Amino acid sequence: MSTSDATHLALYRQMVLIRRFEEEAARAYSQGKIGGFLHLYIGQEPIAVGAVAALQPDDYVITTYRDHGLALARGMTPRAAMAELFGKVTGCSKGLGGSMHFFDAEHHMLGGYGIVGGHIPIAAGTAFASKYREEKRVSMCFFGEGAVSIGDFHEGLSLAALWKLPIVFVCENNEYAMGTPLSRELSVEDVSTKALGYGMARDRFFADHVLTVRDRLAEAIERARELSEPTLVEIRTYRFRGHSMSDPGKYRTPEELEERKKRDAVLRSRADLEAAGMGADVEAAEKEIEDIVADAVRFAEESPEPGPGVARSDNV
Amino acid sequence: MSVMRFREAVRAAMIEEMERDSRVYLIGEEVGHYQGAYKVSEGMLERFGEKRVIDTPITESGFTGISIGAAMVGLRPIVEYMTWNFSAVAFDQILNNAAKLRQMSGGQLHVPIVFRAPNGSAKQVGSQHSHSMEHFYAHVPGLKVLAPATPADAKGLLKAAIRDDDPVLYMESETLYGVKGEVPEDPDFVLPMGVANVAREGTDVTIVSWSRMVHVSLEAANALEKEGISAEVIDLRSLRPLDEESLVRSVHKTHRAIVAHEGWPYGGVGAEVADRIQRLAFDDLDAPILRVTTRDVPMPYNAKLEQYVIPQAPRIVEAAKKVLYRA
Ligand SMILES: Cc1ncc(C[n+]2csc(CCOP(=O)(O)OP(=O)(O)O)c2C)c(N)n1
Repeated sequence: MSTSDATHLALYRQMVLIRRFEEEAARAYSQGKIGGFLHLYIGQEPIAVGAVAALQPDDYVITTYRDHGLALARGMTPRAAMAELFGKVTGCSKGLGGSMHFFDAEHHMLGGYGIVGGHIPIAAGTAFASKYREEKRVSMCFFGEGAVSIGDFHEGLSLAALWKLPIVFVCENNEYAMGTPLSRELSVEDVSTKALGYGMARDRFFADHVLTVRDRLAEAIERARELSEPTLVEIRTYRFRGHSMSDPGKYRTPEELEERKKRDAVLRSRADLEAAGMGADVEAAEKEIEDIVADAVRFAEESPEPGPGVARSDNV
Repeated sequence: MSVMRFREAVRAAMIEEMERDSRVYLIGEEVGHYQGAYKVSEGMLERFGEKRVIDTPITESGFTGISIGAAMVGLRPIVEYMTWNFSAVAFDQILNNAAKLRQMSGGQLHVPIVFRAPNGSAKQVGSQHSHSMEHFYAHVPGLKVLAPATPADAKGLLKAAIRDDDPVLYMESETLYGVKGEVPEDPDFVLPMGVANVAREGTDVTIVSWSRMVHVSLEAANALEKEGISAEVIDLRSLRPLDEESLVRSVHKTHRAIVAHEGWPYGGVGAEVADRIQRLAFDDLDAPILRVTTRDVPMPYNAKLEQYVIPQAPRIVEAAKKVLYRA
């Protein structure tokens, strides 16, 4: 196996981990074991996985409430992630945060945030700190195209450009903000043009392949690390599930969904790896993921709940 | 009279007022094509068209500001936030423009606008999505704040809010949307703002609350009854203006009061109610006024912890017994 094939296999494995994790989370949700809002990352896996592959381990990442994929790609254990969804004290945020608020300080995953756009200036702030401390550290901030209309997006980008902050803004454009299609969200279809007014570099591509995502983001990351300049990157993608578990998704047709599923980057990588003669490795990886995810669910189920003391002083 | 759910009563008030007055429009995220994030505005786009039922991108500050501007020159917007939590993004517009325009202009301008959304806890939606925003807004002169508990009050008060010439903030609750009740059909059924309702008569202790917590307080009152304690439940309905008379009248009878609400104990409407009662009815009181509130922490996600943090009937019962020195 060549190094590049081995890398691709590893990235495929990560994508499958996220997909299977999310499917099991959906199942647990429908069994009432997970509460609140649950926003799945299914369909968007190549973005988190490709991005993390291009980043250094001590770079900062930060995202929205659709945060399971990034946390897992970054190295959060499936056990800590699933236990958080189950509200258990063994979860990454001790059962206090839930699905929307995954945090993993050890892996520099600085959180999942529930207020659209609110984390964008915070992300710029982490880049400000890196520059202040004269570190070669990059921040990467993920958000949906729905966030592009909100003030915090513009203030965050404006300051990042003005102060030349080492950050990559990644807009995961899945074409819908809840039930609102892109055409009713923005006056332009090309989100990356928002960078122009701030004199910021930009890029734009489809997340059809995890390796494309990795390589294109690597350019923006290098610009941040070497030149301390921000980039706005629009990555076109599609979510295969509803906005959250409570969304019946009536705003799009089953045909549109089926059409987009044909571009599934997880299947694409699988086909590539098989064609490269790695069918057996693919199957071994998939089998291993099954066990890991089953173990995570078991762990979450068996873990204890946080007591009142956890809600009180030590965590606030 | 007809039996309606809370969400239908809110919808009926909007539809009636939009039919009555072409200056009234509804604006917010997912209010039109999606039929409302919580289905409150279901069918309204079909009825009134895109000119008057307006879907917005995620731009709370933008569509709040646009609506304040439109109201300032004669329209009468109803602004829906997906939940009150997201109004924080528009807080500056509400605080510095909506609440100030009448005063800054020396009365030349005024802003006839309604802001409405579900408020308070839902179910396990975590710390950023569980705020009780009425406490923040009731602090502000220039704003009125309503928080109905029943479908009839929901309709009568929303109609009053839409007809009012100044900004009114109207608090709903996701957990109340399915509650049913009798609602008058008269298109001119409009309730006065600033008048509380006695939701249950009693003689031994007054429980003051609003919105969802009225139902929890009634549950507590039933439990107290079994122990021979007669609790009176006052549903404030309107937090600003605040009905002092009803509070004083009740305490004059019971000599003891507790306030039960969602939202943190530091400051807030509960503290305000306690202040008014001790100031206006000091001689009637036989015990300090107690508050039963959301505990003083950000809302936890875990289901049991969430229930521990949000006020429950047993905590109200316990407080009632304490002011009766029966604990
Ligand atoms: C300020 C604010 N307004 C409204 C919401 C409710 N809300 C949550 S997610 C969402 C849609 C966001 O869509 P997008 O940014 O495209 O991200 P996606 O969910 O597609 O990943 C909305 C309206 C919110 N969380 N924050």
